[in-house]
Amino acid sequence: MVALHHYLILSAVIFAIGVIGVLIRRNLIVVLMSIELMLNAVNLTFIAFSRYLGSADGQVSVFFVMAVAAAEAVIGLAIIISVFRHRQSLDPQEMQLLKW
Amino acid sequence: MVSPEPSSVAYDLLRWMPLIPLLASGFNLFFGRALGKQTAGALAAAAVGASFALACYVFWQLPAHGIWRDTLYTWIESGSFQVALSFQVDALTAVMLLIVTGIGFLIHLYSLGYMAHDEDRVRFFVYLNLFIFFMLLLVMGDNLLILFVGWEGVGLCSYLLIGFWHHDHNNTIAGNKAFIVNRIGDFGFILGIFVLVTELGRQGIWTLDFVELQQHVKMLEPATITLITVLLFVGAAGKSAQLPLFVWLPDAMAGPTPVSALIHAATMVTAGVYMTARLHFLFILAPATLALIAVIGAATAFFAATIALTQNDIKKVLAYSTVSQLGYMFLAVGVGAFGTAIFHVFTHAFFKACLFLGSGSVIHALGGEQDMRKMGGLKGFMPVTYWTYLVATLAIAGVPFTAGFFSKDLILWQTFSHGATGLWSIGLITAGMTTFYMFRQLFMVFHGECRVDAHAKAHLHESPAVMTLPLVILAAGSIFSGWLGAPEYLWGSRWEHWLEPVLGVSEVHHDSVSTEMIITLLTLGVVVSGFLLAFVNYRKTGAQTGSQAGGGLFYQISFNKFYVDEFYDLAIVRPFTALASFFARIIDPWVIDGTVNGVATTARRFSNIWRYLQTGNVQHYAAMFLTGALALLAYFLGQL
Amino acid sequence: MAGKDLTPPATQGVARPLENPIQWFHAASSVVSGKWQCRSMDMASVIFYLLATLLVISSLLVVFLRNVVHCAMALVTALLIVAVLFVTLHAPMVGILQVMVYAGAIMVLFLFVIMFLNPVELERRRGVWWGFGTILAVMLACVLTPMFIIDESPANPLAATESFGSPEMLAKSLFNEFVLPFEIASVLLLVAIIGAVVLAKREH
Repeated sequence: MVALHHYLILSAVIFAIGVIGVLIRRNLIVVLMSIELMLNAVNLTFIAFSRYLGSADGQVSVFFVMAVAAAEAVIGLAIIISVFRHRQSLDPQEMQLLKW
Repeated sequence: MVSPEPSSVAYDLLRWMPLIPLLASGFNLFFGRALGKQTAGALAAAAVGASFALACYVFWQLPAHGIWRDTLYTWIESGSFQVALSFQVDALTAVMLLIVTGIGFLIHLYSLGYMAHDEDRVRFFVYLNLFIFFMLLLVMGDNLLILFVGWEGVGLCSYLLIGFWHHDHNNTIAGNKAFIVNRIGDFGFILGIFVLVTELGRQGIWTLDFVELQQHVKMLEPATITLITVLLFVGAAGKSAQLPLFVWLPDAMAGPTPVSALIHAATMVTAGVYMTARLHFLFILAPATLALIAVIGAATAFFAATIALTQNDIKKVLAYSTVSQLGYMFLAVGVGAFGTAIFHVFTHAFFKACLFLGSGSVIHALGGEQDMRKMGGLKGFMPVTYWTYLVATLAIAGVPFTAGFFSKDLILWQTFSHGATGLWSIGLITAGMTTFYMFRQLFMVFHGECRVDAHAKAHLHESPAVMTLPLVILAAGSIFSGWLGAPEYLWGSRWEHWLEPVLGVSEVHHDSVSTEMIITLLTLGVVVSGFLLAFVNYRKTGAQTGSQAGGGLFYQISFNKFYVDEFYDLAIVRPFTALASFFARIIDPWVIDGTVNGVATTARRFSNIWRYLQTGNVQHYAAMFLTGALALLAYFLGQL
Repeated sequence: MAGKDLTPPATQGVARPLENPIQWFHAASSVVSGKWQCRSMDMASVIFYLLATLLVISSLLVVFLRNVVHCAMALVTALLIVAVLFVTLHAPMVGILQVMVYAGAIMVLFLFVIMFLNPVELERRRGVWWGFGTILAVMLACVLTPMFIIDESPANPLAATESFGSPEMLAKSLFNEFVLPFEIASVLLLVAIIGAVVLAKREH
């Protein structure tokens, strides 16, 4: 049988990979995609707990997480479009106006 | 020492004695200008006159063993320690009341004439009335704290009045000097009060009331009592210009002459003597302190007399004479003769005030001249002044049947009969010196050829009646006030019996009448020789001869007041001001401001370093989040 | 609803009607494990490890490929694998939603934007920053893992009812306890739509 902690470790690994993507990549769209990856790892955790504790609340939470992720992806992409129009670039390292 | 338990009667009239001058002072302060100078002065004099009338009435009505008390309200209440603003009158206070209000009234009258041409008359009378108020507070207070309030208050008024003509900077400096030296004495006084209160409190008694102190003070250890009395005497030395705190009194002559007469001759400077008499029960228990007081008193008397020998300013001679006579009073205190000391306060007030007012009359007539070398032969121009001055000089010299004769001889007799022969001899020599310099002054001012400047001579005139009348009254007092304390072989003393309820059984030794007479004759001999010395040197020619012939070195030292002021300046004032300026120039801007500003500067420097953390790069910020989260997670992992 | 017990498919070869995908899955796994009985693990574990490996590989591809479109494709793959994992965990409704909403709508939106912006250049190669970020993430994983192992949750799943994870169950929760979040979520989506339209408008 697959124990719970297998799923949890998998989820942690996927989360960490998503973090790598957020920190490293110099393309805003890929950063946003890494964030989606992180959210999916969390969803996996929710579902695993839901199954192993026998509670429906986990699945309902995933439902809402998906709704929010959708909204966030939409807004994020709209912002990326807007920024691209101004700076003609998708590199976050080139957008450092708010520095010391 | 047995003090019969006095009967205490509450008497509401007492509070009006200090209050009327206070009210007059306040009224003049605010409305004096509107009243006009003449009316304001008259109001002030009338106020003191009212107090004098009350004092006479109280004196007349007071029974022999009575204490009258008038309590206004409770001032301090802290646990079992209570201090009330409360006035008490017993025999000692009654005497002091008469002196303060009586002589105060005469001097107020005199000032109406002396300050007639002064622009600031109203302010003068405000301060003078305020002084009367504080002095009455001092003598009428029924506990040590009220006495101290009065003590401080008269110091304040002294400062205000010395620097009265403040446009001349030297006057304000003199006022400062008086106040500061007084403060040094007051420091000792306060410490004495503190030790007294805490030591008694340790025994369970919390009080500063005189009556209660007298009952309980025997509980204290001798060493503690010695400490307390020494500290209290430091205060008295400051206020009454004893060695080494006398330096302010000669400089205080910068004030107007009525001020010198009232404050620095008759009343304020005697506050120290009054305080020791009031606390006699405490001082009796500390024989070491009494010995110290006697020595200092004698030394001061001698020392001040030597300086007075060579002075040329008419008021300075009188100032040093005052210091010397105060030394006599403390000599009497030191041998345990408190009643005698108060007796000398009483007589001294009369003749010293008369002398000062007389000198004021001379100064006023000469338009401000104070150098005796520019006077002379004024006898013809100012007869009343001359004759009253002569009477007062006879009194201070101790010529028989004047007041000074009785009181000074009593002091010398007390000193001798208590066994302090060395001190007695010093007192004897000083008596000779006193005669010498007083008659020297008399001859230089009123006899001989007239050395007055031409323009001063033009308006030379006798003083108006408002000034000469007090002179006459005081001169009469200079003779008759002493008759209250005559020795046994004459007609006996009423003085000791009067003060007995307060000061205990009279300490005058009446064992050997013949010895007493011999002592008196010796004193008389010294007085006569002093007079002859002055007569020979100063009678005809005035200042030309005698002083320079007295010998170069001694003359220089005496004339320059033994360089005491210079010594104090070098040893105390300069290091102190150097320290103060060190603090002002270095500690304050660099250390204190430096610390405060330094904190701000350091904060700014740190901010300058930390701001580089804001790179503007979102991914850097995300990494910082992650680092923080990792730290927290690691901490909680460690907790598991 | 009549709860039909999911009888463990211990009896092999007995012909039973298979009613839902779960039963199909378990039937298939038992058949396969029956063939492979020499293995110490059972079928469920094998499938889990297979899916896990694929998931990790596709995640790494998302993060480390340099062409944006390739990254998007890798992400789609990852999302589909996660959907399968959901199904194995008795959450078929959520799994279907994952495919429809996430892999279907959101990734299409991503691709639209990629095409719209048309970034032709490949990303510049790494700097020191790559190493630092990777190390941080690895540390995160290392910190999280022991936490999950020490966890006190039951190691083995409870016996599941047939309707567990079904749309009925989800709907029951959603419209009873979670109706307020439900409504708020719809408002949120409305706001997101408006925001997106306003932000992406071409300025005049």
